[in-house]
Amino acid sequence: MNAVEPSVNYRYPDARGHFGPYGGTFVAETLMRPLAELRDAYQKYMHDEDFLAQLDADLAHYVGRPSPLYFAERLTDHFGGARVFLKREDLNHTGAHKINNTVGQALLAQRLGKRRIIAETGAGQHGVASATVSARLGLDCVVYMGREDIKRQAINVYRMKLLGAEVVPVESGSKTLKDALNEALRDWVANVEDTFYIIGTVAGPHPYPAMVRDFQTVIGRETRGQMLAQTGGLPDAVVACVGGGSNAIGIFYPFIEDAQVALYGVEAGGDGIDTMRHAAPLCAGKVGVLHGQRSYVMEDEDGQISATHSISAGLDYPGVGPEHAWLKDVGRASYVAVTDAAAMEAFHLLARKEGILPALESAHALAYAGELARELGRDANIVVNLSGRGDKDIHTVAAQQGITV
Amino acid sequence: MGRIAQTFESLRRQRRAALVPFVTAGDPEPSATVPLMHSMVEAGADMIELGIPFSDPMADGPVIQQASERALARGVHLADVLAIVAEFRVQDPATPVILMGYLNPIEAAGYEAFARRAGEAGADGLIVVDLPPEEGEDLNRLLRNNGIDPVFLLAPTTTPERLQVICDAASGFIYYVSLRGVTGSANLDLAEVRTRIAQIKQQTSLPVGVGFGISDAATAGHVAEFADAIIVGSAVVKRIAECGNDVEQARRKVAAFVRELRTAIESGTGSAQAAQS
Repeated sequence: MNAVEPSVNYRYPDARGHFGPYGGTFVAETLMRPLAELRDAYQKYMHDEDFLAQLDADLAHYVGRPSPLYFAERLTDHFGGARVFLKREDLNHTGAHKINNTVGQALLAQRLGKRRIIAETGAGQHGVASATVSARLGLDCVVYMGREDIKRQAINVYRMKLLGAEVVPVESGSKTLKDALNEALRDWVANVEDTFYIIGTVAGPHPYPAMVRDFQTVIGRETRGQMLAQTGGLPDAVVACVGGGSNAIGIFYPFIEDAQVALYGVEAGGDGIDTMRHAAPLCAGKVGVLHGQRSYVMEDEDGQISATHSISAGLDYPGVGPEHAWLKDVGRASYVAVTDAAAMEAFHLLARKEGILPALESAHALAYAGELARELGRDANIVVNLSGRGDKDIHTVAAQQGITV
Repeated sequence: MGRIAQTFESLRRQRRAALVPFVTAGDPEPSATVPLMHSMVEAGADMIELGIPFSDPMADGPVIQQASERALARGVHLADVLAIVAEFRVQDPATPVILMGYLNPIEAAGYEAFARRAGEAGADGLIVVDLPPEEGEDLNRLLRNNGIDPVFLLAPTTTPERLQVICDAASGFIYYVSLRGVTGSANLDLAEVRTRIAQIKQQTSLPVGVGFGISDAATAGHVAEFADAIIVGSAVVKRIAECGNDVEQARRKVAAFVRELRTAIESGTGSAQAAQS
């Protein structure tokens, strides 16, 4: 079928982790060797049949894959335009796409003989996913989390503790995800011999952006097959929220060479990208270097990283994965921003129309899908990556309504 | 010959390791830094390492992180750091100033403009913590064109192959990070550091300094037996922090500490340079 023939050749990153001018390895010297070891291990095991078989088995029997692709009929009727399909990553074990990556990286840690896992977390989903796989493999787990995020994600903090992880509050800087990442990097520098750092998104120094992408592309591979099976063709558009960008790249990547599939990344617009209170570096940031990579970042004119704002802790990050920066520059994906208010409205809409509580992160993608559905019209098909479930956010949602749960 | 090379040359004749204290520019306030630099030189510092404040100093421990936060809270920008260097140069044309910072503020300024302005201000070296030589070719060329030595860090985890790459890219001196950890961490393994310095010296003729983990005069004295420069950061910055906004007290306290370090270095059994010559 013509519709599924690749139309461009896309081969990124290069050997040194560059996506065009983005990506790379911008870290302190101490981390160069562990990163080289990780790169070698990743390159070896991504072609190792035993490793891949174990990964597939874990994804099937532990994570619960494949996740369904669900035609949201009442949501579609409500939007009054294109048919909207939801890729149900919220139904994975631990309730979000994050587990796809932590299962993979934990298997790598095991192969490398590392007994201690560290991770950073914003909304807590990646922290929970890291604590989960650590518990399962009997590894020690330390999760760094900003003090502000600990306050707004109390349930996930408790979940991590139940899973045996140590949650370390981060008090520096803005006390959110970026500071948790700084602290995790500091831990890694001090403990490189026995510690494996599971980065939760497609950011950080090479090989993380490529490796995390490769572990997350299972989302897009399944979606592609499911769309062909359910509709006989590829979708007209794929929509996903972008913080660091792992769920988005995971669903985009298998469609990158299908030029007829439009790709939309939805950033956190906060109070609006014309205010200072947002977290949308691709829409309103500049090119800079943060956390080991070059990409778009939110910064002031002096190159200091800006504090960001989003109602969704998982999107509240001033940087973004380098591959998204590249896809933006070459025009293969479009990036837009959705405000806190619009995301909140989409949260309630999905609850009432489909009986699904989406994560506030994913609600950003849903909000944009509504606009896009009306624009594309009834003949089109849109896939929204429903990257996580919203149980973790009910306190935030209740607070917006003036209710204390 | 630049100021860094001249200083090492002169110290080699004196058979003594260089003392290089670190302060963050603008900590606790912009006007405090130049007097502090002069006081450290008077007290026996051979070179000054001057930190460029950054919002996300991922290789620094809490002491230097907080110094960065204090400086940023006072609105200290990269341009202010260079102005501090220029002001220091008015009275002190000889003491090398090595800037240390992270890449993003330099990217925001633009490599070419930064290198030119830093050279004009009288800076002698630049350490960019998160810029390994593989990613730094453009900036390093521009620095050299403006008379600034790109100084690189070597770590305990650096492989022999990378050691050569870094030695080839560096000038001024090599900065050996003496422990696995961030700035200000404790417990230096002196025997291990001594062995590593000897290995590094087989691969470069550049002087080799040691930093990250030298927190008192006794350790400084021991390291001076085999290193060409002793870099002391967090232990200096901690003394500034203890004085709050009392800048004068901070200046006296830091000067006393630098004197103590200098005495210990001089009473060390002689630098590696001396041992070789």
